[in-house]
Amino acid sequence: MSMKCDVVVVGAGPGGSMAAKAAAQAGLRVTLLEKRQEIGDPVRCAEGVGKRALSQIVKPEPEWIAAEVKGARIYAPDGTSIVMSEDKGGAEVGYVLERKVFDRGLAMEAARAGAKVMVKTRAIGLLKKDGAPCGVSAMRIGEPLEIEAPIVIGADGVESKVGRWAGIDTTLKLKDIETCAQFLVTDTRVDDQYCEFFLGNGIAPGGYVWSFPKGEKLANVGLGILGSRSKPGEATRLLKEFMKSHFPNGKVLEMVVGADPCSGPIESTTADGVMLVGDAARQTDPLTGGGILTAMQSGIIAGEVAAKAVSSGDVSKEGLKEYEDRWRADIGKSLARSYEFKEFFVKLTDEDLNQLIGSLNKEDIAKMDLRGMLRVLFRLNPRLLWELRHLVV
Amino acid sequence: MLTVNRYKCCYCGACVGVCPTCSLELVETFIEVSADCKECGICTKICPVGALEVKA
Repeated sequence: MSMKCDVVVVGAGPGGSMAAKAAAQAGLRVTLLEKRQEIGDPVRCAEGVGKRALSQIVKPEPEWIAAEVKGARIYAPDGTSIVMSEDKGGAEVGYVLERKVFDRGLAMEAARAGAKVMVKTRAIGLLKKDGAPCGVSAMRIGEPLEIEAPIVIGADGVESKVGRWAGIDTTLKLKDIETCAQFLVTDTRVDDQYCEFFLGNGIAPGGYVWSFPKGEKLANVGLGILGSRSKPGEATRLLKEFMKSHFPNGKVLEMVVGADPCSGPIESTTADGVMLVGDAARQTDPLTGGGILTAMQSGIIAGEVAAKAVSSGDVSKEGLKEYEDRWRADIGKSLARSYEFKEFFVKLTDEDLNQLIGSLNKEDIAKMDLRGMLRVLFRLNPRLLWELRHLVV
Repeated sequence: MLTVNRYKCCYCGACVGVCPTCSLELVETFIEVSADCKECGICTKICPVGALEVKA
């Protein structure tokens, strides 16, 4: 079977759905493919997202939100903790989402804007004409399907293939990926008010443990560890260890695993007829692992640029340059900074982490943003943070 | 050869993202290994549940 449209979006996560919605709103004929039979399921996410930042992109529906939090509490390996208020805690703190509902909601918005949504439909390669991509070949419920389109938007996640098919090397080195495991836990020990972060090379080497509350003593308790410090099954093993020490009576209602790119911005996210969005474009924050908002922002840009390129008739890499320029102007610098922080963070010993967090103990940081806190940290620990001095301005 | 224990695998796709030869594919609820696999073992390290193994 075959069909034709103006743009094919591969992957109906937040990035793909926003791209499809933006392109459909601009008048394009859009096909949004999701390889799974259910959009948003299984979840591969800790579900934290910034309240204000999300609201700037889309009007949050009440059913998308499992819980609202007051802020973030960060624990040093020795148990010392600091608290940051919600509006300063960065892109991952504020709301804890129900991704199964959220992802489906965004796909619905794309559908209502006019996009054709096809589930259980997996892209298996790019169609090419004279060497240039001109759509995707897919498997739809076990039957082959060709979809001709001048533009393909690859929003196909951490396991992205679209970029590699188009000649963009998105392979992640082990030092640039966090491997994660998470349980949905009910326990009286859950803090319903705060997103909690636990640091330490013993509990989560090169990453951190999180507890993101979802209301009424329920929380996503999970961890990410750096791929280069992982071994087979290590993420799950460490999570079970953490559960024993912190939530010994916790009951596990769901198990989630996944991986986050933490490579920072890659060299190119476009090729002739192709744009990459979200985790597929490695637009995930390398320090926090947060990628919902950046995927949505980039998705919107990709959808808008697709509309321009289709109407101008220039879908070459050069014709899609506006996408590359705009997403880098919006989030490129902060992702690059975050990458430097991550490269530094993963080298810290537990003693370093204790010293850094301990040094903030007597400071009034509750109202500070990340940058302000960094400035204070630098003032108190100049020797330890000397490498980062160019980032402290 | 690379084996996938499908009773352990939680089909998250972490292995697909690190495969240097693009030999793995996440098909909904299972991992497919293509003939291009060089048995380098990188994917086994990243697997959060330990479902992958290079067997002699």
